[in-house]
Amino acid sequence: MDLAFTPEEQKFADEVRAFVRANLPADVRDKVKNGKHLIRDDYMRWQQALGKKGWLVYTWPKKHGGPGFTPAQRYIFENICAEEYAPGIIPFGTKMVGPVIYTFGSEEQKSKYLPAIRESTVWWCQGYSEPGSGSDLASLRTKAEKNGDHYIVNGSKTWNTMGHWADWIFCLVRTDPKSKPQEGISFLLIDMKTPGITVKPIIMADGGHEVNEVFFDNVKVPVENLVGKENEGWTCAKFLLANERLGIAAVPQSKRGVEALKDIARAEQEDGKPLIENQSFAEKIADLEIQVTALEFTELRVLSQMAHGGQPGPEVSGLKIRGSEIQQRITELTMEAVGEYAAPYLPGLLWQGTNEEPVGPSYAHLAAPRYFNTRKTTIYGGSNEIQKGIISKMVLGL
Amino acid sequence: MDLSLSDEQKQLKDAAERFVRDKYTFENRRKIAATERGWLPENWSQFAELGWLGMSFSEEDGGYGGGPIETMIVMEEFGKGLVLEPFLPTVVLGGGMIASAGTKAQKEALLAPMIEGKKQFAFAWLERQSRYNLADVSLKATKEGAGWSLSGHKGVVYNAPSADHIIVLARTAGSAREPKGLTLFIVDAKAKGISRRDYPTQDALRASELTFDKVSVGADAVLGKVDEAFPVVEGAVDRAIVALCAEATGCMDAINAATLEYIKTRKQFGVPIGKFQVLQHRMVDCFTNAQEARSMTLMASLKIDDKDATVRAKAASGAKVQIGKSGKFCGQSAVQMHGGMGVTDELSVSHYFKRLTMIDLMFGNQQHHLTRYSNLAMAA
Amino acid sequence: MDLALKAEHKAFADEVRAFARENLSPATREKTFSGKHYDRDDHMVWQQALGKKGWLAYTWPKKYGGPGWDVTQRFLFENVLAEEGAPRILPFGPKMVGPVIYTFGTDEQKERFLPGIRSSEVSWCQGYSEPGAGSDLANLRTRAVREGDHYIVNGQKTWTSFAHWGDWIFCLVRTNTEVKAQEGISFLLIDMKTPGVTVRPIIMTDGAHHVNDVFLDNVKVPVENLIGKENEGWTCAKFLLANERLGIAEVPASKRGVSVLRQIARSEPQNGSTLADDPAFTAQIADIDLQVQALEMSELRVLSTMAQGGAPGPEVSTLKVRGSEIQQRIAELTMEAVGEYAQPYQPGMLFQDTNETPIGPDHAPPAAPRYFNMRKTSIYGGSTEIQKNIVSKMVLGL
Ligand SMILES: Cc1cc2nc3c(=O)[nH]c(=O)nc-3n(C[C@H](O)[C@H](O)[C@H](O)COP(=O)(O)OP(=O)(O)OC[C@H]3O[C@@H](n4cnc5c(N)ncnc54)[C@H](O)[C@@H]3O)c2cc1C
Ligand SMILES: Cc1cc2nc3c(=O)[nH]c(=O)nc-3n(C[C@H](O)[C@H](O)[C@H](O)COP(=O)(O)OP(=O)(O)OC[C@H]3O[C@@H](n4cnc5c(N)ncnc54)[C@H](O)[C@@H]3O)c2cc1C
Repeated sequence: MDLAFTPEEQKFADEVRAFVRANLPADVRDKVKNGKHLIRDDYMRWQQALGKKGWLVYTWPKKHGGPGFTPAQRYIFENICAEEYAPGIIPFGTKMVGPVIYTFGSEEQKSKYLPAIRESTVWWCQGYSEPGSGSDLASLRTKAEKNGDHYIVNGSKTWNTMGHWADWIFCLVRTDPKSKPQEGISFLLIDMKTPGITVKPIIMADGGHEVNEVFFDNVKVPVENLVGKENEGWTCAKFLLANERLGIAAVPQSKRGVEALKDIARAEQEDGKPLIENQSFAEKIADLEIQVTALEFTELRVLSQMAHGGQPGPEVSGLKIRGSEIQQRITELTMEAVGEYAAPYLPGLLWQGTNEEPVGPSYAHLAAPRYFNTRKTTIYGGSNEIQKGIISKMVLGL
Repeated sequence: MDLSLSDEQKQLKDAAERFVRDKYTFENRRKIAATERGWLPENWSQFAELGWLGMSFSEEDGGYGGGPIETMIVMEEFGKGLVLEPFLPTVVLGGGMIASAGTKAQKEALLAPMIEGKKQFAFAWLERQSRYNLADVSLKATKEGAGWSLSGHKGVVYNAPSADHIIVLARTAGSAREPKGLTLFIVDAKAKGISRRDYPTQDALRASELTFDKVSVGADAVLGKVDEAFPVVEGAVDRAIVALCAEATGCMDAINAATLEYIKTRKQFGVPIGKFQVLQHRMVDCFTNAQEARSMTLMASLKIDDKDATVRAKAASGAKVQIGKSGKFCGQSAVQMHGGMGVTDELSVSHYFKRLTMIDLMFGNQQHHLTRYSNLAMAA
Repeated sequence: MDLALKAEHKAFADEVRAFARENLSPATREKTFSGKHYDRDDHMVWQQALGKKGWLAYTWPKKYGGPGWDVTQRFLFENVLAEEGAPRILPFGPKMVGPVIYTFGTDEQKERFLPGIRSSEVSWCQGYSEPGAGSDLANLRTRAVREGDHYIVNGQKTWTSFAHWGDWIFCLVRTNTEVKAQEGISFLLIDMKTPGVTVRPIIMTDGAHHVNDVFLDNVKVPVENLIGKENEGWTCAKFLLANERLGIAEVPASKRGVSVLRQIARSEPQNGSTLADDPAFTAQIADIDLQVQALEMSELRVLSTMAQGGAPGPEVSTLKVRGSEIQQRIAELTMEAVGEYAQPYQPGMLFQDTNETPIGPDHAPPAAPRYFNMRKTSIYGGSTEIQKNIVSKMVLGL
């Protein structure tokens, strides 16, 4: 057992750091560092740079054009990107639909879709949830009826993250309404420019627009866009959800978040002294830091199992639970650190990056909106109650 | 980076597992706890034979060249069985301090026989006013000819009734609570002037209150340098904390397993109570808590030999915070999910619960270590 | 609404205080403040003094020999007695079976049993729970078969508090096995001296003997010991449980617990001063203090509804939930205040009036045992989970 990096791992770490420093656009880095909102182009510039290097799809095996990183390399890559203030990689193409396609897709599908995902020239979004199907995903109703060499899709999807920026959407649709809920579902790729698709924004508690409703009105989708077999989409769906949960703990981002919180606590004053000298507040940060360390070592233990040929089991759900709680706690403490100056609401500065003068310190206006927004982490990707249900059933046998 | 066990470590784990399975069924443990000594010499001999008493010491010191990971492996299994043999005071604390500060002569006279199972130690640091401050020591050692004379009181000294030697932390200079001016003495447990009041602890271990009345020791009784004991003690206690964390992780695994089994079999309202979602989610939280405890223990075991003193101290304190939190959660939840059975002496749950509770109080509870961690982290 | 006390209530409080100071044995009082276990005499001598004064059955209406107090008087009585260190009144006679008898019993039964309860000459215990019937009380199996003018009772009760001190036990027994679980139950009074009754101790985590198994082996019980109608015992059972829950929050004892905790903090050394100078610890005391105050106000709101003639609703379950959590937290903080010296186990100091000197300070010996023991409060009298189910169903309509 050894925590230290081998010389090769150390060399790799240096390479990653050098790459990020050379290729991450300075304005993007600056936005991430200061907690500002990113626009589509910010993500694209960074992801395309990674794509060129062959690192965007860093979790993929060599066979499908991934770099074939070891678990230790993945860990290093994720951590250094976070330390260097790179934006998180948007998962819909790289971590969700990509692996589904290379696992369940035909050769034509692989050669048609994978390159654009690897290079980040196409933006994907995820069409799983529906108004009536959240936690109970299998109850979904969006219908796809076969009509010659096309499916005709009708229904609506909701909560589509960044659907308004997307070129393509992968959808779960019902192809057989007569069988058991899980058995009549198919996995379909749909071009967002197809006639009959409408995207309507949903405004979040912080005033931001990141999710949408997507309506399908007699949308014609070629049958060759079906991944896997008809009515066997649930297999793809579950495979994808398991992948989704692994990265969702966001440990590197949380480590960065704790450091940013410390910076704010050093800048904020109380009784003529920096807030960080307030023992009780400092202990709250310390407690959070310990939680992050515990989560990181849990993830490292999973990675180490994987390095020895093991598969991550359902206990990965535990990572998602604690990871999301920690993300929330960081935003909560950040808001506490800001205090009264968290109250002013400055949508212009928040969303459009106007040149308005901030009220209070420059980070203040972000604190409360982030706290409100981050409540989402215990809901999406399978809510924490659902994750506990999974562990209870799959791990504990209850 | 590699967090997997080596083949030798896997064998060690198997052996420790086997020992607990064979020798520490719950009923057996009850019998051992009821003996006067509170532990079994034959088990201790077996530890010596299996090499556990020497595994974490360097070959130079007569050990087998292992380290904190080996200690972690064994302590975790001990936690599963609530093992009563005084491994922590003798090997981790006593042996650890002698190995880190002892002279060659002291190592030969004490460490070698300890590894053979022939000597046991107790570490006397706490006093009535100390709480968790290791430097809050007032037992006085004054020069007496070539040697020293010790007078004062020590409390809750684990394994003092069985120990051959007591390692005493005494004040030789400086004012109250000053880290400088502390000295360690190795004192024969039967030395004239020591009086003992023995008792069991809540979790069935044995400890004593010790009074030192002009206890004379030679100059060779000093362990390490005069007035400079504090870093030695702090280091040894941090190692002991990490070992305790491993023990607690084992306790959590065992108490969670017992509870899981119970809620699968206990029926009320015509179904196993494990069908009720509140209990399911609470059980999941127990499971997650134990995972985190295991992760922090591993982290601390890997870092406790780090060159940087701050890294070591933060590792120990960080793990102790986690263990306090997780241990309380798992312990209280297990009792609750057992209903009335949880508060009886009859089942093992209450015994694990008591041990987890006492581990939190040893060498500083969750709050104490959160403060310590916080101060270290903010200073960095 | 008025929080201030009227003059006559002040006089009443003074009277209660004077009575307690005169009649409560100093040894018993000392046990209360040091957290030691009472023996039978501690309870009986005190309860009989209260009985003589007409105050033991202080919740009863005048008609049945109670003092007929208003809710303010009750509140003052309970608080003053707690402040003075009186042991709690054992509820089995005065708060449980007494009200059942005067509500459902015949005139003969009232005459026969109520005086012994009022005077505490006869002590009672509660035979509800069985090995297979804990939370699911209606699942009880103890059989009572009618034979002439007797019932023959066979079965086992468990967790029976103070059965080893009890003269009588009130039992739920099954008199009809053919009908729905709740419909075949009867409420029976059984003299503990009847042949066939055996009591076996259950030892608790802290080594204490409070609870017992009670075995009933062909016990002959005269039919006139049946309360209410045969097979209608569930009505009595539910009536009793609702009464039980009201007092079980133990607010006055928790108020005393907080003040004792503060005293301990003032006497516990730390870094050359005391624990009372440690803001992290005093903040935790402040937090529990506030919780006690919130609970007290909630209880006062219920009492005020009752004073207006309303009946306490199922929301009293929340009082029981919070009350038990608070009692547990006080015990936990008390143990933490004691620190390392909570580790020695000193049964002599706990259970017998030995002359041993304690190891550590006087308040140390009971600290950990009490913490272990108080885990019971969220289990008995309907566990926390069961109370929440009640609130969820009856109050929230879920
Ligand atoms: C910001 C955001 C972005 C999202 N992005 C996407 C996206 O890009 N694509 C996509 O397809 N979806 C997306 N989602 C949807 C997300 O997956 C769902 O919100 C989630 O599955 C929960 O469904 P719901 O919102 O309908 O809540 P519900 O399912 O109605 O749940 C409401 C509450 O009930 C609880 N609950 C439900 N069932 C159980 C049970 N069996 N036991 C115990 N508790 C239960 C839940 O935990 C939750 O607390 C996003 C959601 C958010 C908030
Ligand atoms: C110290 C002590 C004194 C007692 N004194 C007496 C006495 O004098 N007389 C007497 O008759 N009884 C007495 N009891 C018994 C007490 O009432 C029972 O312990 C209690 O009803 C719980 O039953 P159980 O212990 O069988 O636990 P179980 O019913 O087996 O419960 C085990 C766990 O499952 C949970 N659970 C059960 N059902 C549900 C559900 N539907 N939903 C969610 N969770 C559930 C419980 O909350 C608990 O956490 C005493 C108990 C104790 C501990």
